[in-house]
Amino acid sequence: MAMKVMVSVPATARKGDAVEIKAMAMHPMENGLRRDNDGKVIPRFILRKFECRYNGELVVDCDWHTAISANPYLSFFVKAVDSGKIEFAWTDDNGAVERHTATIAVT
Amino acid sequence: MRRVLALLLLLALPALAADRPPRSGLDYATPGVRAMQADDFANPGMLWVQEGLALWDRPGGMGGTSCASCHGRIEGFAGIAYPRRDPRDPDKLMNLETRIEKCRLDNMGAPPYGYESRELVALTAAVRHQARGRPVAVVEDADAIAAGEKEFRQRRGALDLACAQCHEANAGKKLRDETISEGQTNGFPAYRLRWQGVGSLHRRFQVCNQAVAAEPYPLGSQEYIALEWYLAKRGAGLLVETPAVRQ
Ligand code: HEC
Ligand code: HEC
Repeated sequence: MAMKVMVSVPATARKGDAVEIKAMAMHPMENGLRRDNDGKVIPRFILRKFECRYNGELVVDCDWHTAISANPYLSFFVKAVDSGKIEFAWTDDNGAVERHTATIAVT
Repeated sequence: MRRVLALLLLLALPALAADRPPRSGLDYATPGVRAMQADDFANPGMLWVQEGLALWDRPGGMGGTSCASCHGRIEGFAGIAYPRRDPRDPDKLMNLETRIEKCRLDNMGAPPYGYESRELVALTAAVRHQARGRPVAVVEDADAIAAGEKEFRQRRGALDLACAQCHEANAGKKLRDETISEGQTNGFPAYRLRWQGVGSLHRRFQVCNQAVAAEPYPLGSQEYIALEWYLAKRGAGLLVETPAVRQ
């Protein structure tokens, strides 16, 4: 099953307003340092990149490392400039990408 | 040894008034935890609910059916009350988890998911979430509830402590880095920060058994289901919070 993600983007906003965006992904963020009950190292498996684009323009670009918590949650503000699409992408250690798109109407 | 002494001291403190209305674990939580639970987009438990909703619609088993094919919309389950007795075998107690597993096996012809599997936890959370904000529904059954209360008051483990000694007599006091709550069940399955995930109520029972160095019962055991039943009754009036966030 594809990775579960949740985002919150206001459906509407006034031009020039700062709007809050929230994004969370279900992920173990296994840091590669822990051992299982048999003493074997649990291989590292994290989300190593998060990107958010607003009508194609990159507005948030994160490189994540092993100290990020499981099920990482991010909240940030963007300035509402135009109606359109806000796209989210999480990339894991295997290069798999989970995408999500929300729309915003700016008046 | 020092830990045992600290516990003994703590237990010597006066008991909580018996006939107060029950309080949810949320009331004992830190402001940060409360804020996480209050916002569905910051509550990671909602990711499990989302997964459970997807599983509800996923076909499987011998007939290629999904939960939705037979039960319709999941909202229809908002009013169901568990634990209850198996109508065909009244000596057997079932909770929501074991009921879902049984339905997969008997009606869907699909293998059970396994008690603490991510799938079963997610599906249980999604079903319970339908009742969020409603009072916890409890089936009346004097025998099962009495059996559960006996477990609750039974001293056990190397520390010789009963559930009641922490969750009745010492609710509101500190135990290491946690505030002891009344041990209510209205938030389960719940997201626990220490688990970094959503877990079942029986997993929480196991943690509490291990905290007093007692051998836990198996997940889904009759003893734990009786305990679950008694705790639901004891918390009558509390509102369902699933998925709650806890430390
Ligand atoms: C040594 C003290 C201690 C004993 C004994 C104990 N617990 Fe707990 N329990 C805790 C602590 C500490 C927590 C975490 C903080 C809290 O929510 O109370 C907890 C949490 C819980 C919770 C979760 C409450 C919530 O709102 O998330 C439940 C349910 C629970 N315990 C039930 C039990 C049951 C049933 C027993 C007996 C089998 C038991 N506990 C025995 C200390 C104890
Ligand atoms: C092929 C049809 C079928 C499918 C598929 C099915 N069920 Fe059921 N389910 C039933 C029937 C029939 C009953 C009631 C009769 C019985 O088994 O006792 C039932 C009962 C239940 C109950 C008890 C309801 C109550 O009122 O107490 C639950 C909970 C439940 N199912 C959950 C599920 C879940 C979750 C799934 C998907 C994993 C599922 N079922 C898939 C047919 C189905």
